[in-house]
Amino acid sequence: MRLFLSFLAGGLFGAGLFLSGMTDTSKVQGWLDVFGDWDPTLAFVLGGAIIPMFFAWRLTPGRAPLVGGHFPTPSSPELDHRLVIGSVMFGMGWGLVGLCPGPVIASITYNGWGGVLFLAAMLAGMLAAPKFGVQLDRLATKA
Amino acid sequence: METDWIWGLIGGGLIGLGGAVYLLGNGRIMGASGIIGGLIDSTERKLLSENIAFLAGVVLLPLLLHQLFSIQISTHMTSNVTIIIAAGLLVGIGTRIANGCTSGHGVCGISRLSLRGIVATVFYILAGGLTLVLFRHIWGVI
Repeated sequence: MRLFLSFLAGGLFGAGLFLSGMTDTSKVQGWLDVFGDWDPTLAFVLGGAIIPMFFAWRLTPGRAPLVGGHFPTPSSPELDHRLVIGSVMFGMGWGLVGLCPGPVIASITYNGWGGVLFLAAMLAGMLAAPKFGVQLDRLATKA
Repeated sequence: METDWIWGLIGGGLIGLGGAVYLLGNGRIMGASGIIGGLIDSTERKLLSENIAFLAGVVLLPLLLHQLFSIQISTHMTSNVTIIIAAGLLVGIGTRIANGCTSGHGVCGISRLSLRGIVATVFYILAGGLTLVLFRHIWGVI
């Protein structure tokens, strides 16, 4: 059941990324490029995705997930240097190529060698992240 | 194209439905960077098979749509190796340090009215916009 639901969720996610055009890097860069030929599509994608999720969250209080266990508890609202610096780094990479982690995977079968290279670099970055984070914490405590 | 926003809304709705299935079914937050990261480090060992099943769906459905309906997608992927590697590294490190990307912080976080999700989304969109200004309009490299 867990595996089937995971596969179903992934399938819906992948189909949504594909049909919405989010695996086309020019549409993502076009949305970020407010001073160029601005493309509003991504705002509709984000809005369209938030609506079902908003109702899903409203169903969680007092209930349990279908497979049992607990719903994720709200993370502490703490805003730290990791959240801000990490998001800025992610945003830069996102803008440079127009790919974020979901669409990289969704487009891996039709995005050519560039997609594979991006995925390899992204995985390397993910492996390096814990060490990078420790250095970042050290700098943050000094500052 | 004029119909792009409709497809955006439909596709976005499917993404949100996927997130809802993952949340209400498995009790998990659908964050792509967390699921991918969980495959290669030891943070989610117990969830390995679940993560693989999720990613199999993410790969297979676009492939099926691509083959069955022969919908042609041009990804307009850059061929600049330096830019690809730099961007991949930034996305990999950044999403793991911030503990989320567009799906986790953006879709799942904002819909929960999570402050962390909203702040992260503001910062990565601003950083992305600024990157376009600098690298496209000022330096002309992308």
